[in-house]
Amino acid sequence: MSKLSIFSKGFFKENAVFTLLLGLCPTLGTTTSAINGLAMGLATTFVLVMSNIVVSLVKNLIPDKVRIPSFIVIIATFVTLVELLMQAFVPDLFEVLGLFIPLIVVNCIILGRAEAFASKNTVGDSALDGLGMGLGFAMALTILGGVREILGSGSLFGIHYMQGDGMLVFVLSPGAFLVLGYLIAFINRLKKA
Amino acid sequence: MEYILIIISAIFVNNIVLTKFLGVCPFMGVSNKVETSIGMTGAVAFVLVIATIVTYLVQKYILVALGIEFMQTITFILIIASLVQLVEIILKKVSPPLYQALGIFLPLITTNCAVLGVAILTVQKDFNLLEGAIFAFSNAIGFGLALIIFAGLREHLDLMNVPKGMKGVPIAFIVAGLLAMAFMGFSGIVK
Repeated sequence: MSKLSIFSKGFFKENAVFTLLLGLCPTLGTTTSAINGLAMGLATTFVLVMSNIVVSLVKNLIPDKVRIPSFIVIIATFVTLVELLMQAFVPDLFEVLGLFIPLIVVNCIILGRAEAFASKNTVGDSALDGLGMGLGFAMALTILGGVREILGSGSLFGIHYMQGDGMLVFVLSPGAFLVLGYLIAFINRLKKA
Repeated sequence: MEYILIIISAIFVNNIVLTKFLGVCPFMGVSNKVETSIGMTGAVAFVLVIATIVTYLVQKYILVALGIEFMQTITFILIIASLVQLVEIILKKVSPPLYQALGIFLPLITTNCAVLGVAILTVQKDFNLLEGAIFAFSNAIGFGLALIIFAGLREHLDLMNVPKGMKGVPIAFIVAGLLAMAFMGFSGIVK
């Protein structure tokens, strides 16, 4: 597989959210606005890249039987790092994303890439794979958050384009399911064309 | 009275799946049949209550006592992962029929964010041990309620004439959205 295709497959062909349906909890839970979605996506990308690098560095040292618990410890370490960094430097965002920051640990994409890719490939490829998958995830979250913000609050990235409030239901929980459902239908249509 | 408020709030008002978006992966993954979703609910309820009690005790008597609360995420996920293994081994030995029923769902629970989420929420909300256990159990019931209703809807959905592009996952998400809207009717009953 070429370097480019390792990087780019995470955006469309194997997009974590739209195609593989992984990591749905943060996808639905944090995308009340484009900024929140982007922040969550970037935090996940950081953990994904770092854990992919470390997993591929130590892949020959870990016995096969304790593979999964070791991966979880590595991932949890980086999640704790992100948690402490965000608390220190972007406390507002940390408040909004709240519970979903520690929950990056149980995001199936991260463990999935560690197991399926990083434990079999070189460090460089694993980092590239993590970056591509992570940015693809961030892209999906930003699109979902953007659509919900446009419909629900009448703004995009916090900039109001109209007066008044918009359709509140899209910011509340039902909107997350509805918008994601229509987005996936739309992407399926694009794939066929 | 406080306990009743916790129960109603966790099951209906702040439903764990439809309002808080925890445990959406199994909600989408195992909701094809009512039967499997009942099995999944049983397994989640079992692990959720035990995990919440254990993590509560660890948080109170080890992490806080030693002043290392920042280790919370690592500690909790390891406790949950090993607990799931332990429950699996014990069930296999003690009650083979129960193991038969819940067995295949148990490994899936480690990556169910509902378990870690409820454990962290219990700590954040400053519950005592009994309140925490009740909170965990009612969240499991709320998870089961949403899952079983959704599975029932999806069983009917298979027989419906859905537009081609919407078949499968997209229509499932939209049905989940409508279900979430129905649950919004409960908002405001309890703060």
